[in-house]
Amino acid sequence: MSDTLRREYPVEHGDYIRAGESSADIKRCLRQMGVASNTLRRVSVASYEAELNLVIHSLGGKMVMEADSDYITLCTEDKGPGIPDLALAMKEGYSTADDEARSLGFGAGMGLPNMKRNADDFDIESCVGQGTQIRMRFKLQ
Amino acid sequence: MDSRYHSVRLDRDRCRGCTNCLMHCPTDAIRVRGDHAHIINELCIDCGACIRVCSYHAKVAMTNTLKDIQAFKHRIALPAPSLYAQFKHQPIGAILDALKEIGFQEVFEVARGADLVTRATKELLKDRRLPRPFISSACPAVTRIIQVRFPGLIPNILPLRQPMEVAAQIARREYCEKHGVAPDEVGVFFITPCAAKMTAIKNPIGQRRSSVDGAISMMEVYGSLMPLLGHRRETLTQSQATPLGILWAKTGGEAEAIGIGNAMAVDGIDNVIRVLEEIEDHKLNDLEFFEGAACVGGCVGGPLVFENNYVAKNAIRMQTEGMTKQLEEGPVNRHEVMLSERIRANESMRLDENIGTAIKKLEEMNQILSRLPGYDCGSCGSPTCRTFAEDIVRGYCTEMDCIFILKERLRVMAQQMVDLAQTRRE
Repeated sequence: MSDTLRREYPVEHGDYIRAGESSADIKRCLRQMGVASNTLRRVSVASYEAELNLVIHSLGGKMVMEADSDYITLCTEDKGPGIPDLALAMKEGYSTADDEARSLGFGAGMGLPNMKRNADDFDIESCVGQGTQIRMRFKLQ
Repeated sequence: MDSRYHSVRLDRDRCRGCTNCLMHCPTDAIRVRGDHAHIINELCIDCGACIRVCSYHAKVAMTNTLKDIQAFKHRIALPAPSLYAQFKHQPIGAILDALKEIGFQEVFEVARGADLVTRATKELLKDRRLPRPFISSACPAVTRIIQVRFPGLIPNILPLRQPMEVAAQIARREYCEKHGVAPDEVGVFFITPCAAKMTAIKNPIGQRRSSVDGAISMMEVYGSLMPLLGHRRETLTQSQATPLGILWAKTGGEAEAIGIGNAMAVDGIDNVIRVLEEIEDHKLNDLEFFEGAACVGGCVGGPLVFENNYVAKNAIRMQTEGMTKQLEEGPVNRHEVMLSERIRANESMRLDENIGTAIKKLEEMNQILSRLPGYDCGSCGSPTCRTFAEDIVRGYCTEMDCIFILKERLRVMAQQMVDLAQTRRE
């Protein structure tokens, strides 16, 4: 059994108070693991965007991080509402953030594109009425 | 160059082993073991927070004395601009004159070095390929916190020397040319508001050797300068720096000197850490320039200054009022201002060289943490339960060092003793 670090973070809809704490914890773990700083930065950005997406857009869900000596895997899954048009959602600048989110400074429409750009592998699946699953992988050198 | 050198030291005789410094260290670099504080070399950034917070004055900065300068035949003083702010009613010229009466033959203002670094920064800002935001390299404690905790931001740090280094190199060269002496016969001493800059002289960042020979704390020179400045108010001596360079002494001064719109100045090491986290997470994407100071108020709030930082900020503003000198135009000689070596990351936060082993240790840490009360009280000698769990995994202490775990164990043992006593009676 190769050593794998696994952390699971539940994220609630609208929880702006705790928003960012999960990705901060991930960052701390990876730093103590000794992950290279450029990889760490890519994971930080992607995990932060993923966490905020769960807070702003989902009905609640979780983020799971798994790390071993070769890869870091970041997955999110939520209970809904699901994304009707994935291609549109992946477009830079497109956002469905509500007024509360926008008033807090979110909603630039760069979340999903940023995640894809920072990850080495990026997969997204969604079903309206069921939920969205995102899987990202980062290679350690 | 001594990479383990720190100017922040503990005076063991005065240390009580309380939890003050332990709880205020921004890098969790302090532990209390065996009844006194210990500073972890690899994590200390010499910010001086512990010096400020120690009620027993047990934390000190090792700096040079006015006696040390006598080792040199020729002596130049490099006053940091925050020195001017210590004497609120004095014109800057009077302070420069007075320095020549306490053992220095020449004075060269560090604010002139700041002017050159300002010009060099403006040049670098034109290069759109360099990563944004630019992070100022003026505060060595901030550079060190980036090396320890935010190594991903090292490429953003401006590859420029400290103003005191730029000033020292020019001062020495000009003096040697003017007086026909060899460079090593001249002692160049920085008058410092803080510990971090003393450390930067003995343990330089981004260069192999410092151009400065030593640093004398402002606390020390204050006593010598004050009587000289009592009567003197009139002087013909003028500052040779621009007001922009002098105002580097207060937070926001550097950003203002560069004159860039989207700039942010943050003071206080905890605030700096918080903002650096945001920059690292790409939350401050439009920011062009970040100026961080470990001390509240900027350098005028350093741990080795005499005057209150709010009074000092006001003083220096008034001292520069009416100064008309403008920044010179044109590029600067790169050789004078650029760092010669890459700034390296400090890997001390990693638990192990081998990632697999580090993962095992992280899991062990998590297990231990779940058994700890989570009070972050400091009684075990570590600042938080999380760092305590890490210390256990690193082999420095055991779970029983936690006073609450000990109490619980004693309670169980006491119950067992009661049970034992009862069986004997039967």
